[in-house]
Amino acid sequence: MNIQIILFIVLASVAAVSSVVMITRKNAVISAVFLVLNFFALAGLYLLLNAQFIAVVQIIVYAGAIMVLFLFVLMLLNTETEHKLFVDKRAIKFFSILVSAFVFVQVAYLIFFGHPSRTLTPDEAASVKAGTIQAIGQQLYTNYIIPFEIAGFLLLAATIGALVLAKKKFE
Amino acid sequence: MSSIPMEYYLILSAFMFSVGVAGVLIRRNAIVVFMCIELMLNSANLTLVTFSSYLGNSIGQVFVFFVMTVAAAEAAVGLAIIIAIFRNKKTVNIDEINIFKW
Amino acid sequence: MVIINLIYLTTLLPLAGFLINGLFGRKIKNEKIIGIIGSAAVGISFLIVLGAFIQTLGLPTEERSNTVELFSWLNVGGLHIKFAYLVDQLSLTMSLIVTGVGFLIHVYSIGYMHGDKGFWRFFAYLNLFIFAMMNLVLGDNFVVLFLGWEGVGLCSYLLIGFWYDRKFEKGTTSQAAKKAFVVNRIGDFGFLLGMFLIYMTFDSLNFKEVFSRAASFPIAESTFGLIALFLFIGATGKSAQIPLFVWLPDAMAGPTPVSALIHAATMVTAGVYMVSRASIIFASAPVVMTVVAVTGLLTAIMAASIGLVQNDIKKVLAYSTVSQLGYMFLAAGVGAFSASIFHVMTHAFFKALLFLGAGSVIHGMHDEQNIQKYGGLKKYMPKTYITFFIATLAITGVPGLSGFFSKDEILWSAYANGGFVFWLIGAITAMLTAFYMFRLVSLTFYGKERFDHHHIHPHESPALMTVPLMILAFLSVVGGYVGIPKVFAGEHGNLFEGWLEPIYAPAQAKLATFGSHTHLEEILLMAVSVAAVLSAIYFSLHVYRKNPQIAENVSNKFKGFYNLLLNKYFVDEAYEAAVVQPIQKGSEKFLWKIFDVKIIDGMVNGVASLVESGSGFIRKIQTGVTQSYAVVMMVGIALALLWLILSL
Repeated sequence: MNIQIILFIVLASVAAVSSVVMITRKNAVISAVFLVLNFFALAGLYLLLNAQFIAVVQIIVYAGAIMVLFLFVLMLLNTETEHKLFVDKRAIKFFSILVSAFVFVQVAYLIFFGHPSRTLTPDEAASVKAGTIQAIGQQLYTNYIIPFEIAGFLLLAATIGALVLAKKKFE
Repeated sequence: MSSIPMEYYLILSAFMFSVGVAGVLIRRNAIVVFMCIELMLNSANLTLVTFSSYLGNSIGQVFVFFVMTVAAAEAAVGLAIIIAIFRNKKTVNIDEINIFKW
Repeated sequence: MVIINLIYLTTLLPLAGFLINGLFGRKIKNEKIIGIIGSAAVGISFLIVLGAFIQTLGLPTEERSNTVELFSWLNVGGLHIKFAYLVDQLSLTMSLIVTGVGFLIHVYSIGYMHGDKGFWRFFAYLNLFIFAMMNLVLGDNFVVLFLGWEGVGLCSYLLIGFWYDRKFEKGTTSQAAKKAFVVNRIGDFGFLLGMFLIYMTFDSLNFKEVFSRAASFPIAESTFGLIALFLFIGATGKSAQIPLFVWLPDAMAGPTPVSALIHAATMVTAGVYMVSRASIIFASAPVVMTVVAVTGLLTAIMAASIGLVQNDIKKVLAYSTVSQLGYMFLAAGVGAFSASIFHVMTHAFFKALLFLGAGSVIHGMHDEQNIQKYGGLKKYMPKTYITFFIATLAITGVPGLSGFFSKDEILWSAYANGGFVFWLIGAITAMLTAFYMFRLVSLTFYGKERFDHHHIHPHESPALMTVPLMILAFLSVVGGYVGIPKVFAGEHGNLFEGWLEPIYAPAQAKLATFGSHTHLEEILLMAVSVAAVLSAIYFSLHVYRKNPQIAENVSNKFKGFYNLLLNKYFVDEAYEAAVVQPIQKGSEKFLWKIFDVKIIDGMVNGVASLVESGSGFIRKIQTGVTQSYAVVMMVGIALALLWLILSL
């Protein structure tokens, strides 16, 4: 049992547990905090997968920017805490969980049925190389330059949209 | 990395996705629903990174980059909408924001 | 060829006049300007027609028929209809009548309609009528003719109901207008069927093509008969013949100039024109020719007998018009097409004059139309009296005036081609005509003044109205001299017949040749009919001028017959009972209360309530809660995955 496996087990359990805890908290702020924890665990998993750049971006963008934004809004609106989860609309909620579980079982079945690791022989060196900022940057600025620009434009549009929507009144 | 079969990552991803779905379906606070969607996006990201890494191909990670961009834009606009709704309805409980109803 | 090619202006100018007066008349307001625009449009058209006429006269006989193509109108499959005008002897004659008489009546209307709130509307309609009528007479194919045919029907409807806010007899003027329109539509339907048959048979609707094929193609007589019959049904509607004559007396609800222009001089002769234009088709169907002649004859005598007892000045003239139209159809039916057109022309002069004179009287008598309340008007309106008297002489057929020549020619043709009975009935009709016309004159202009002197002050009409009367009176006198009978003027003496002869040459070739009759016979018959007419005039004057109580005694003695005539043979009532009531009852009892309310509405409402209840059930699915939609979506995804797994 090497360090990698131990790390994987720890990070994966943290990610799984934090996600479950997140959706079951009554207080939205606590949910948000557990989501941040989940994101950190994911960043660790990315590192295990040799995806250094994505791991860093995950922490900066997701855990840093986006989640701060969420917390900001939560604090700003100061919404009341929810009732207990299964107080009203019990049937539909049980059914929802049932459907989600069913979807998970099916996907898991498909993954084991597909058994991708049987045909795939991982190349450690190539994996490390693929995860570098250099490789990703090269792809972004050559083959994916147009989507990259569009993504930039999308962010601009989202900024303006958010501004307009959040403004108190249109003048 | 090579000592861990990639199925484990994928199963984790599937689990997180399902949890996200369940969250979207059962939670009533619009902001929490939003966070569940972020969770689902991240589970998809995990799959992308896994395949990218095991194939030794950086394109998957390029896509994760784009997904994050879209997620950021979506979060900004979505939260702005929620603020606008809250301003009108004084609530973010989506059971009470049933404006789609006939 | 210059002026002939300008013939399209004769329809374009009235159309322009209609548009100007119709669109801007309300704004213009000034009666003078409106009147001048309306009259000028027709007056210039008349000058153009006159120019074309003179030019055509200068051409050799075989070049007198010219086509002026304007544009390609309809191109549907094998059907090619050109919008083209045919300028030949017949259409020029009709155009001269339409624009000439039309112009005079326009001028007259400026005076007559003075002060009416619908002045601009009146002139717009009149110009529209001239536009339609010119299309009718100038059209080079049946479709253009039909355009005009329907157009004049529309204008007739609009003008009968012109004073839509006034009462007329038992109803309103709009009811009279509706009646005219509906009865006309019945005839139009026949005409349409005739057109379809013509296209089926001859594969064309162009006059020249159809008529040349009719003359040369081997076509069954029954086909010709059917076509001719349908066309004649159309003609009976437009020209007020039995059985569709009932609308014309009611058409008197319109202003008097309208009665003069549309319901006497021009529109009602459209049927005669059409029969005359399609003479070759009628000539090829001898049975229908007889039908036409008999219909004309019966209409003539029936309308004349009704005219004997009517008391409304315009009603008398209306029945007189129906009667005279009967004469024209009698002429057409016995193959004397040129005589019928000749009578159209002379009739246009004197009947327009009579109506305008009547209008002048009505104008001077403050809208009183009952001749029993006139009397002694001679000294109040001398100009009207003299012109009216001339027109009366003309219509009764006193020798030397236009009516004599045309009527005599018709009677002679009836005798020569139809037989003695035709002549006899025609002559009796002439007597009746003389009687009721002089009754009208006597009651109106002679005798005691029977109106209320305190309220009514009879006065002569302004010059705008009397000058057209004088011109028409002049024409009524001399109009007949273009058609002096051959017996007086020699073989080529009848200018009118000679002028129209090329049009009817193919038809005459098909008809049975005239039997040989001596000149003596003709002169004898003429003398007899003239004597009859003169005695009728004398009798009428004797009764109504000198001894009015004789008329009363007679009407009391033959009360049943008198009532029969007074009520117009109860034709209106019979139609009401036989046609109108069943349709109304059927419409109300079945079509409305059962078919419409129960079945149609039931179906519509049934579908609606089905949809309502169905959607009431289905809409419950739409909770408006986003999450329930998301659940459904997830179920879908789960099922899609299941399908994927199962298909592995």
